[in-house]
Formats: sequence, C-alpha cells, structure tokens
Amino acid sequence: MARIPLPALAAASLALVTTALALVFFVAPTDADQGFSQRIFYFHVSIAFTAYACFIGGAWKALVHLWKRDPRADLESYVAVHQGVIFGVLVLLTGSIWAKISWGHWWLWSENQLVLFLVLFLFYCAYFMLRYSLDDGPQRANLSAVYALFGVILIPVSFLAIRLAARFIHPVVFTRHGPNFHGWILVTYCVSQVALLVLAYTLYRVELAGKRLDIRLRELRRAYA
Amino acid sequence: MTTAEKYVTAAYCVVFGLVLLYVVIIALKLRRLEREVDALAARPEPTPEDDPEREPVQVG
Repeated sequence: MARIPLPALAAASLALVTTALALVFFVAPTDADQGFSQRIFYFHVSIAFTAYACFIGGAWKALVHLWKRDPRADLESYVAVHQGVIFGVLVLLTGSIWAKISWGHWWLWSENQLVLFLVLFLFYCAYFMLRYSLDDGPQRANLSAVYALFGVILIPVSFLAIRLAARFIHPVVFTRHGPNFHGWILVTYCVSQVALLVLAYTLYRVELAGKRLDIRLRELRRAYA
Repeated sequence: MTTAEKYVTAAYCVVFGLVLLYVVIIALKLRRLEREVDALAARPEPTPEDDPEREPVQVG
C-alpha cells in the first residue's frame, strides 16, 4: 500500500468520501428509533474506529522501532499517533453533537464510555508532551515507543466500555452476532468506514512525506553550515 | 430545517472543517519547506578555496 502514489490516494479519498456522503444523506433510510440524528453515526463510528486503527498502527510501528531500532519506524509511529489524536478530536466533537440531540447534554461525566474515550484521547495528547520534553535522539524515540505501546491497552477497554456500562444509553452498534443494522444502513456504514480509513491513510502519507522532507532539509542545512 | 437536521449538518461541517484546516496547515508547511529548498539551491556550491584544509591532489 505504501507504493500507491499520493495523488491516486487523494483521488480515491475524495471519491469515497463523496459517495459516503451521498449514501448518508440521500440513500440510507431514516432510523425509526433515533430519527434523522442517527445519520451522525455513519461518520462518528467510522471516525472512532479510524482513530483506534491509527493508535494501533502507531503502536505497531513503535514495536518495530523497539525491535529493529529503525528511526523511520519512530517517525511513522509519531505520525500515526498524531492522526489518531486528530480523529479523536472528531470523535469527541461529533459524539458531543449527537449527545446534545439525543440526551440534551453536550457531555455526561456519569457515562463511563465517554469518560474512557476522553482518557484515551488525553493519554495520547500527553504522548506529544513527553516527546517534545526530550531532546531529539534515541532516548526520545525509545520512550515515545514504549508510551505508544502502553496506550494501545486502553483501546479494548474503551471499546468494551460501551458494553460494560451500567446504563446502556450509548447505542451498541456491534454485537456478538455482528453489526446491529442491515441493508442500506450497513452498506452506508461500510462505505463510510472505508472512506475514512483511506482518508486517514492519505493524510498519514502526506504528513509523513512532509516530516521526512523537514528532516532531510535540517540535515542539509547542518551540512552546509 | 428541524433541530436534528441542523445538528447533523453541523456535525458534518465540523468534520470537514477540521480536515480542511489540517490540509491547509500541511499545505502551508510544505510551502515553507519548498521555500527553504529553493534558498538552499540558490546558495553557491562550496569550492576548494572555501576549505583551507583541503590540498590540491594530482589525479590520474
């Protein structure tokens, strides 16, 4: 997948996101229980899974870095965590808007699943504080990698919290028997999920290319100095 | 437009607004990097006279 050219990835992202939006607003039926507000879920759930995927990708690259001491893996882990945090902001914002429509509140501190996602998000925000409090070098890369690996433990906790919550007011989208929806709703969700994963991967590749260029430029400047 | 429709529209606008902001930030950064590459390319190449420690050597 790393060999796919960036313009092709960007075009695929645009086409998929446009298709997903068309399906969300013009094809998917209105939910009998939640009404129009349920349409937020196509992107809210997809963004949440994309954020988890970014954090898992970041942890995987961190493991590769610790294993092979490859500085490229450290940079890739950092960029993946950065993408995860961006998508985490989107999860919190879209979730808050949905909560306002359905529950009448922007946020409920009594709900474990919301608070656990916030903890996960803040944990990864602290990753950047740790990273930028250390000087560039192997120590920073190693500590960041260990931190990114620890964070991945919080993902199943956050995911299962929706099922373990005492009050089931957060809708359960995926049950043990598969997704909790069928027909066009399932198709729309799947297209939205693929669209957001491709979009996240495109943004990841763009940011990674920028970071690599920045590092090479710094090295060149040092060589010229 | 009902209240639910307004909120759903707002949610999607927030998503695309933030993604757009991110793309603009990355584009600005890439433009800065491009300027820096141009500045480096415009520098004169170092000549042997620039390095007094280097001595001319007979080649061939």
